[in-house]
Amino acid sequence: MLEQLEGSKAMARTIALCRPQVICAYPITPQTHIVEGVGELVRDGTLENCEFINVESEFAALSVAIGASAAGARAYTATASQGLLFMAEAVYNAAGLGLPIVMTLGNRAIGAPINIWNDHSDAMALRESGWIQLFAETNQEAADLHIIAFRLAEELSVPTMVCVDGFILTHAMERIDIPDQKIVDAYLPPYEPVQVLDVEHPMSIGAMVGPDAFTEVRYLQYYKQQTSFRLIETLSQQFAKLFGRVAGGLLRSYHTEDAEFVVVAMGSINGTIKDVIDEMRAEDIAIGLVSLVTFRPFPVRALQEALAHARDVLVIDKALDPGMGGPLASNVAIAFRNMDDAPNLHSAICGLGGRPVTKASLSRLFRQAMVQPWEGPHFLDLNDRVIAREIHRRGKARRAGPAAENILKILEREKAEKARAREAAEGAS
Amino acid sequence: MAVKHPYAITLDVGTSRVNHTGSWRTLRPEYVDRLPPCNAACPAGEDIQGWLSHAEAGDYEQAFRALTRNNPLPAIMGRVCYHPCEGACNRAQIDEAVGINAVERFLGDLAIAKGWGFAAPEAETGKKVLVVGAGPAGLSAAYHLRRLGHAVVIREAGPLAGGMMRFGIPKYRLPRHIIDAEVKRITAMGVTLSLNDKVDDIEKAVTEGGFDAAFLAVGAHIAKRAYIPAAGAAKVLDAVSLLRSMEGEEPPLLGRRVVVYGGGNTALDVARTAKRLGAEEAIIVYRRTREKMPAHDFELEEALDEGISMKWLSTIKNVDGGTMQIEKMALDDKGFPQPTGEFETLEADSLVLALGQDVDLSLLDKCPGIEIENGVVKVSPNMMTGRRGVFAGGDMAPSERTVTVAVGHGKKAARHIDAFLRGADSQATDKHGLASFDRLNTWYYEDAPATVRPMITAARRVNTFEEVVGGLDETNALYEARRCLSCGNCFECDNCYGVCPDNAVIKLGPGQRFRIDYDYCKGCGLCAAECPCGAIDMVPEQL
Amino acid sequence: MNEAPKTMDAVQKLKFYQKGTHTVGNRLVSEAERNVQASIERSNSLTCGHRACQGCGEALGARYAIDAAMRAANNQLIAVNATGCLEVFTTPYPETSWQMPWLHSLFGNAAAVATGVAAAMRVTGKRTVRTVAQGGDGGTTDIGFGCLSGMFERNDDVLYICYDNEGYMNTGVQRSSATPPAARTATTPNLGPEPGNVFGTGKFVPKIAVAHDIPYVATASVADLHDLEAKVTKAMGFHGARYIHINVPCPLGWGAHSGDTIKLARLAIETGLFPVFEAEHGRITTVRKIRRRVPVTDYLKLQKRYAHLFKGAEPDPRVARIQAMADRNIADYGLMEG
Repeated sequence: MLEQLEGSKAMARTIALCRPQVICAYPITPQTHIVEGVGELVRDGTLENCEFINVESEFAALSVAIGASAAGARAYTATASQGLLFMAEAVYNAAGLGLPIVMTLGNRAIGAPINIWNDHSDAMALRESGWIQLFAETNQEAADLHIIAFRLAEELSVPTMVCVDGFILTHAMERIDIPDQKIVDAYLPPYEPVQVLDVEHPMSIGAMVGPDAFTEVRYLQYYKQQTSFRLIETLSQQFAKLFGRVAGGLLRSYHTEDAEFVVVAMGSINGTIKDVIDEMRAEDIAIGLVSLVTFRPFPVRALQEALAHARDVLVIDKALDPGMGGPLASNVAIAFRNMDDAPNLHSAICGLGGRPVTKASLSRLFRQAMVQPWEGPHFLDLNDRVIAREIHRRGKARRAGPAAENILKILEREKAEKARAREAAEGAS
Repeated sequence: MAVKHPYAITLDVGTSRVNHTGSWRTLRPEYVDRLPPCNAACPAGEDIQGWLSHAEAGDYEQAFRALTRNNPLPAIMGRVCYHPCEGACNRAQIDEAVGINAVERFLGDLAIAKGWGFAAPEAETGKKVLVVGAGPAGLSAAYHLRRLGHAVVIREAGPLAGGMMRFGIPKYRLPRHIIDAEVKRITAMGVTLSLNDKVDDIEKAVTEGGFDAAFLAVGAHIAKRAYIPAAGAAKVLDAVSLLRSMEGEEPPLLGRRVVVYGGGNTALDVARTAKRLGAEEAIIVYRRTREKMPAHDFELEEALDEGISMKWLSTIKNVDGGTMQIEKMALDDKGFPQPTGEFETLEADSLVLALGQDVDLSLLDKCPGIEIENGVVKVSPNMMTGRRGVFAGGDMAPSERTVTVAVGHGKKAARHIDAFLRGADSQATDKHGLASFDRLNTWYYEDAPATVRPMITAARRVNTFEEVVGGLDETNALYEARRCLSCGNCFECDNCYGVCPDNAVIKLGPGQRFRIDYDYCKGCGLCAAECPCGAIDMVPEQL
Repeated sequence: MNEAPKTMDAVQKLKFYQKGTHTVGNRLVSEAERNVQASIERSNSLTCGHRACQGCGEALGARYAIDAAMRAANNQLIAVNATGCLEVFTTPYPETSWQMPWLHSLFGNAAAVATGVAAAMRVTGKRTVRTVAQGGDGGTTDIGFGCLSGMFERNDDVLYICYDNEGYMNTGVQRSSATPPAARTATTPNLGPEPGNVFGTGKFVPKIAVAHDIPYVATASVADLHDLEAKVTKAMGFHGARYIHINVPCPLGWGAHSGDTIKLARLAIETGLFPVFEAEHGRITTVRKIRRRVPVTDYLKLQKRYAHLFKGAEPDPRVARIQAMADRNIADYGLMEG
């Protein structure tokens, strides 16, 4: 049944339908509304047989989930940004132990400078932790992906992160269909762990592994992810069949059949991109989109197939590796490695720290890429004047002070100057 | 092997047992048994610790059986033994020595009360042994010989068995029914006791009696005399005849003021007996000091309690009627008393000489080969005299003259006689090293001071011949037995089993002790360090 | 009132066992009254073949504590282990020394992981299965302290056992917040005008645990097995957060003879340096009295980590400061009789 709901609320209700048994809650914007929502459902009895535990940190949150999962309970938690980094050690540990925990990541920038708004820095920071990472395009998918995530995590015994854009998805009110419990139950059987702490069948979990076996342990993790692509596709198809809508899978192509120019992006930005593509298609520009759902494992083969006909590929990153550029672009470049006649790759960084990405900007970006491609990453809507002044200022003095504050000062000053100029102009007229 | 769970990260329980950490070891723990100091000090060769361990568990009959493997007279010894065991007891260095003697008496009395007897031997050897004298040495030898299956005849010169125990030790220290009961238990094994049957000629007795061997233990009954010029109607007696006459119908008459001359236990016995016979004053005259006195201190204490007075550093020069001349003495550099020329007088109704006893050796006169030295019979280390097949012990052989030593002689002689009869050499078993105090970890013993045996009050006891020292009851006997530290011998406290960080000590079950699992023992030494009784040694590993 | 006991001995019979009172076992008492460690049937949760150093106090303490907990829980027990010596020497692939369900996650999260295990037991209907978490002092008083405190304040149904060997021994003997003053470690070396660890630093987590008002807190020692087992058993009788802090000497880190492990633990108690007590719901309820008081030098001199205190001809004034710490414990906790 369709309802007007905040994304977080919809996710909370969907997560509850997945019957998690242990939920660890620690607040961090923009994920907080999700755990609040599930907590309410536990309190009001909607979600039965569930331990809702208010922990003292994200590190504890995931640690509690690790214990619960290893002991045979379906465990869930949510975090964002700094919280993910604070639990980083446990993130790797859950993956290493092969515990099918599901965690929502309300994607948010990482400080400093501290910033509570959306980008993908957090997910990118832990992309090598061994978790499956799924990116939601819409609030409907954000909710639906959790159902798939539990099923996927438990079938593979690999923890799974559902990445949802902070605020853009978590805090947006939308019309969302909350599925029926029966259908969720049909799709998601009770948790059957591959290994469990059991007094009847005791074992030691979490041994110290030395050089003699560590490579093999790691290879097995790699092997498991590399052989999971078909399962991810299958689970998406089964989901579509049962729930009557598309969610999950490796990636989704939009108008790529005849497109020589294809954009690759993840998350909610795909909605805006599709609007721009629709507009450009109206102008007969052969442009398409690959919306990547599964970032880890990285679907190289699927991506190669989807981009087989493209001449130019523009990768939109909502994160930055300051020493390299866009992480997604780097990954896509790797996918091209053994392609015959690989397309040209263009990289753009946008939406950092919650900077709005407008249709206009994207449209400008796509057109520029087609006619005047650039080297390295392009920073969308970068305020060149501010950058120039800051670089200049830093060149003059070693102790030039923090950039963020200076930039804000510059912007304030510019605004004031503009206002004064406007007043003067108005006064003159 | 099928991988049941995630590779390497998850492991099957207890798999570390394939890792034999014993290879790290440079020292290995080994269980040892050491000789407890009480056992080492016991002249009767008792396994004190052994029988205490049964008593600790409340199994008194088993304790009695273990005790009487070495000493058949626990009720007697529990009263008259000077318990050198307690002097050696390591517990004395923690609080007080274990009251071994008291527990022994408790077991002896309990055995009498319960009528526990000794079993007759399972098989007869067909050999016949003559025991001359039914004192402690003779009774002990007879008991041990009988246990070994030999026929035993005791020939006793006196009218009753017991020897000096009956005729030399006062009733207030050793009630006579106790002697009777313990003697009866021995004769009940099939030992023939012939009373009023003095052996005058040992050679003849052996030959005519058809004995395969003989054990002589006639004791030392002849009082030593000192030359003291006496004039007038001086009443001078000797201690042996005085104490012996106590067994008769008529108590001897000593008067109101009695002087006893001597410093041994017998002197004390006489003085205390005199008090009980009605003497108002009993004075012991001794030529040296209290420190030099051969009598046991606790007996002196009891005597002082009873109002006996002491005259130290004094000798009696002469007696004239009721007056004695006493010369004061002084100790020289070597501790010997030397006359000072200072005199005083002492009034007394009688003087009892308690100066020691000699052996009546007349029965050996016609026996060739037997050597006499310093008034006693010379014996070889196996207690045989110069006459083949004739052994001797007790007071008539060179030794300290106590009941305990005599009982030990009896046992030792019996072992050698048995070997002699079997035509074998009796090999003394190697003794373990001493379980000295420094080997103990005394932390593990609870503080528990000794139980004091009840004593009747001095005022009451000097008027009667009631037994002075009372016995333990079951509760405090158990308490006392449990004070034993079990020095040098595992008492299955489980410490080694518990404290091993490597589970390398295997517990074998009650009475079976423990075994080190050298597959895993890393040789840390914790078991040895924490063994309360010092029963584990750390020994260097050899490559 | 019935008649008074007939003799003092009748009372003593119940009170004393002249042998065996302090030993692991006591053949004179019934099987049920004996320590877990005296039993042939003890679970040996931590079995042989582990790679702990010779005379390891932690290996011993862990078996003592976990076996007791196993008995109390009727073998329905799961253990969570922090990173550290205990984890490393028991579970190097391909062998484990544990004979029970056991989980190691990270250094600083044992308490939280155990919370998760306990929660899982509740929601999966295994309410009889109990959970313990264990770690060394580093994993407890330092890096794991946040998770520990969180577990405490939520009153999660976990017994947390800290094996305190007063330093980071697994990484090569570095200072932790449980390292005592003057002790030499690799990061408080025997150098400079005041060698060893600094006075006036460190924390005693049992006191902090008590401040959480949790159902049960106790300190214990490998030198007093009776007390330790009684406390573990008692702790297992409670639900909610419980904490037991066990003093476990480390021959390697303390520079002591491997056979002196228990002796050192005993001296730590008998000097007053390690107070042994228990507390319920935020209040200290019992204190284990010192049996044979000894000066701290008896304890310090057996350990090379304090050797610098005894180098000079003159007594180092810091020994008096350590004695003062012991004296203060004795006064504060009432460690002496009377």
